[in-house]
Amino acid sequence: MFSNLAEKLQSALAKLKGRGKLSEQDVEQALREVRLALLEADVNFRVVKDFLARVKERAVGQEVMQSLTPGQQVVKIVHEELTALMGGSHARLNLAGRPPHVIMLVGLQGAGKTTSAAKLANALRKQSHRPLLVAADVYRPAAIRQLQVLGDQLGIPVFTLGERHDPVDIAQAGVSHAKSHGNDLVIIDTAGRLHIDDELMDELARMSSAVQPKETLLVLDAMTGQEAVNVAERFNQQLELTGFILTKLDGDARGGAALSVRAVVGKPIKYVGVGEKVDALEPFHPERMASRILGMGDVLTLIEKAQASMDAETAQKMAAKLRTADFTLEDFLDQLRQVRNMGPLDQILGMIPGLAGAKQLQGLQVDEKQLKRIEAIIQSMTPEERAQPHIINGSRRRRIARGSGTSVQDVNRLLKQFEQTRALFKQLGGGRGPRRPKGMLARLFGH
Amino acid sequence: MAFGGGWLQRLREGLARTRAGLAERVDALLGGRIDEEVFEGLEEALIQADTGVATTMRIMDALRERVRRESPRDASAVKAMLQEEILAVLKPVARPLNVKPEGLTAMLIVGVNGAGKTTSIGKLAYRFRHEGRRVIVGAADTFRAAAIEQLQAWGERAGVPVIAHQAGADPAAVAFDAAQAALARGADILLVDTAGRLQTRTNLMEELKKVHRVLKERLGGELAEVLLVLDATTGQNGLSQARLFGQAVPLSGIILTKLDGTAKGGIVIAIAGELGLPVKLVGVGESVDDLQEFDPEAFVKALFS
Repeated sequence: MFSNLAEKLQSALAKLKGRGKLSEQDVEQALREVRLALLEADVNFRVVKDFLARVKERAVGQEVMQSLTPGQQVVKIVHEELTALMGGSHARLNLAGRPPHVIMLVGLQGAGKTTSAAKLANALRKQSHRPLLVAADVYRPAAIRQLQVLGDQLGIPVFTLGERHDPVDIAQAGVSHAKSHGNDLVIIDTAGRLHIDDELMDELARMSSAVQPKETLLVLDAMTGQEAVNVAERFNQQLELTGFILTKLDGDARGGAALSVRAVVGKPIKYVGVGEKVDALEPFHPERMASRILGMGDVLTLIEKAQASMDAETAQKMAAKLRTADFTLEDFLDQLRQVRNMGPLDQILGMIPGLAGAKQLQGLQVDEKQLKRIEAIIQSMTPEERAQPHIINGSRRRRIARGSGTSVQDVNRLLKQFEQTRALFKQLGGGRGPRRPKGMLARLFGH
Repeated sequence: MAFGGGWLQRLREGLARTRAGLAERVDALLGGRIDEEVFEGLEEALIQADTGVATTMRIMDALRERVRRESPRDASAVKAMLQEEILAVLKPVARPLNVKPEGLTAMLIVGVNGAGKTTSIGKLAYRFRHEGRRVIVGAADTFRAAAIEQLQAWGERAGVPVIAHQAGADPAAVAFDAAQAALARGADILLVDTAGRLQTRTNLMEELKKVHRVLKERLGGELAEVLLVLDATTGQNGLSQARLFGQAVPLSGIILTKLDGTAKGGIVIAIAGELGLPVKLVGVGESVDDLQEFDPEAFVKALFS
């Protein structure tokens, strides 16, 4: 996500970074490239103008020209302004006051409201809430069914009155249902509509005043172009939005909409959708995203992902093993599986400082076949072999290859990768290791 | 099928509401002398229509060259020239759907999530049915919850049979059965729906290739149409969609949906310029007959209205 923008911005700013002295022309040249990068990323025209004016004012000012590293200083300013553009720090949902709390999801057709409703319910249930999904899209054929199917999959109740009721009545009945059934959260999925469709916009306004939502979130497709801000402005005028959910950020969308809507409407992006699975919804952290765009990595999200997919005990055991170099092929397999649990590899790698935006990572996906092959090879080994790989001689290699349906070369390659990884961990454990995760991951995955 | 005045009307109404500022400014400029401000205003209009930086630059360069050569009288002549430049890009790609006079015409519909594939198929099925053709629809989106039901609802509305398996089934198998049924029942039109997928998901693109391959093999030749459904509100990512879907399957054209909003759909200019991919249909509203042929002149007019 954002990878193209990141790459372009980085190359525009790289020229400044190492410079001891900067002239106004240097800055202007770099900012021209930044402008192109932002426009190509669908950042709104007006927003780009504004943004550059602010950066320029600061960049040619005293604070930069008199510093020892003016180039770095400019990068820092761009980073700060990007962060500010996206809304400073993470904005949580406002769920204060007496439950049930009502969350309304609104947006254009095809933005991803129904999927986001299910993902949001799932995420909030993990925070010990008891959500009720309300299916108020009576227009799109089978929209209600879609929410029911998702609700069934997640084991989250879905309230509906069918297609023949007024959506406002459905929403109200949904809230009463939540009250009598002990649900502290009501997530209302509404029909997609055009922001210029007065009749349907009015319906939303009536629903909003009937159920008094704590949150009204506009679901916005990250691939949206210059229109994003118009859409956001219109919905905000009619409904007083409290924030956004940005969807489909897992593709190669440059996500300029993310940079624009907050700036224009002044409401924060609260969540981003990053995949088709029901757990592919992440809280949005502007600062981390700005770092990711500038290729500074996003270690915090990486750590959170690791924590979420690995229990503390496993992590501690693993850490101990790594330190003592008591690291076996069994652990190697465990690790591979855990990394896979954290999500698509290209996303994970993009969070590592120095790797974000790296050319060779683009479009990289965990090759499931490759992982399965590695699994098969390790599972074809005896417990002794897994614990002490050095005993694996030629005839054992042939047996393992046969057993796993691979070739001796595959087995050799895996053993070599394992040795290299172990050596690297030893170095890291000794505290004098090279801080180059690139090498480790590249070797782990053979890229 | 001609464009009703209603489409442009609606488009203009929508645009008038959110874009008055830009249109007014461009028009104000056009009354006067030809100076840098005129070019900037036009350039801004193109960028705001999602035409993209590279394509906009290319068009503006050509325009400046022409203005130098022909020295038009006033700024409104410049605007007319710009419209001609864009039309020169769009006219070659405005082509009708390829419907065979005899035998089975098969169409595979692809695109990212939420572009409007299922709805477009519903409308197409309805339209062909009303032209008196025998239509069969294949529900090969077996992934998204209730996608099959959505298509079946459209099938009932249009009065056409929908070939479906259960959710989670192999989409290629559904496509095969649909092709089989179309051949066996002597249908005129086969429409195959597919699951929305982001073009960067390699495994899903492989799945799509397989659906296409199976259809092609069963039908004994290339499909009449492999159509990319593109949401008109899409920005520069549209180019990536056209490129990557085109690498996976032999795209024959685009259905540009949701043009009834305020989005201008300028990304099709970039796609036309870079890939030459035809625009076959545009979606201009929610009712069943709102899927119409692409009229480049109306489109270009709307860009600056």
